[in-house]
Amino acid sequence: MNGPQDLGGQMGFGLVAPEVEEPVFHAAWEKRALGLTLCASALGKWTIDESRHARESLHPADYYASSYYEIWTKALEALLLRHGFITAADLAAQRAVDLVPGPSRILTADNVAAALARGGPCDRPMATSPRFAAGDRVRTRRTHPTGHTRLPRYARDCVGTIEAVHGGFVFPDTNAHGAGEAQEYVYTVVFTGEELWGEAANPGLTVSIDAWESYLVPA
Amino acid sequence: MAHDHHDHDDDHPDNELDPVTARVRALETILVGKGLVDPAAIDAIVEAYETKIGPRNGAHVVATAWTDPGFAAWLKTDATAAIASLGYTGRQGEHMRAVFNTEGEHNLVVCTLCSCYPWSVLGLPPVWYKSPPYRSRAVIDPRSVLAEFGLGLPAYTSIRVWDSTAELRYLVIPQRPAGTEDLDAEALAALVTRDSMIGAGLARAPGKA
Repeated sequence: MNGPQDLGGQMGFGLVAPEVEEPVFHAAWEKRALGLTLCASALGKWTIDESRHARESLHPADYYASSYYEIWTKALEALLLRHGFITAADLAAQRAVDLVPGPSRILTADNVAAALARGGPCDRPMATSPRFAAGDRVRTRRTHPTGHTRLPRYARDCVGTIEAVHGGFVFPDTNAHGAGEAQEYVYTVVFTGEELWGEAANPGLTVSIDAWESYLVPA
Repeated sequence: MAHDHHDHDDDHPDNELDPVTARVRALETILVGKGLVDPAAIDAIVEAYETKIGPRNGAHVVATAWTDPGFAAWLKTDATAAIASLGYTGRQGEHMRAVFNTEGEHNLVVCTLCSCYPWSVLGLPPVWYKSPPYRSRAVIDPRSVLAEFGLGLPAYTSIRVWDSTAELRYLVIPQRPAGTEDLDAEALAALVTRDSMIGAGLARAPGKA
């Protein structure tokens, strides 16, 4: 979706503000927000793609006014409501008033290290051969899907070169909506600055994206 | 923040909490009350990212690449396996790629669509990496962005930006600083900053803070 998350090339946000000796967390609530998000995802009812779509589905004014852990928290509430783990009554009461059947599994402290070390690999076996090879010229599709996608607007309908073929990966555009993993080959596609931004591009700039096969057509 | 302490054993409403602290605390109270979240698991996650999973992991990878040509070659062809051999695996590092800076080309990593970042080797991303100014400008005007980090690259160095739009996570291998021939891997790792592994800086010269 052409949502607030799709920031590449947007203007008006000001200068980057690096922070000297930045702490890992800036407030105690950020620690709890991170932990809640990871523990809730371990319930296994949604994917990372659905999580990302929940975050980018915040109203743009809300998205831009929120810090990243605030965005995570608001999206987490939406996911928990959607999947029936919490209700509006729970949120209004700020405690558990609607009890749900017990979950089959939750993340316990003794399993955290193993769960973090395991992660959630998204590569999948492919039964077909890749359509493109390194060196091929490709054009990204001109497309404006209303659902989740990982093809940023600034790189649509642009011609680039396949630099690497990475094997099959879960397709976010379907997986975010519960429509299956539908794995596709992923490619690193590199564009010149001029192709993306025109004559005023930084001299010598190249930018790459990692693109699922259905984002691409032969150029 | 005035009220940033958190005591998750305290279930009493506290009207003095700032709104976001109150909102997160309420959510934790609900989820713990339903048996969906173990608060000790949150503590364990926080402890892992505060003490174990951070940019020292990535610095170890970089220093090993600088001192062991065989490892550097492995890192170029199969970064996930090479990095796993040092013990760094897992969440947001499942599919790694290492990109090497040279005199001619400087690499910079961004995620314009969210905040994808190689957690297993760099830990949690800094605020600037997740924020709109960096995410919007890194792809269109990286030279100015680097200048805001105090990094002025020579005109002959081209910039390659990697937008992390899929599940590959990128680790920049900065150039080894001059005058470090006598340093061992541990001393070299101390020169490798987090920002240099994103591409927003260079490795430190020896003898400088």
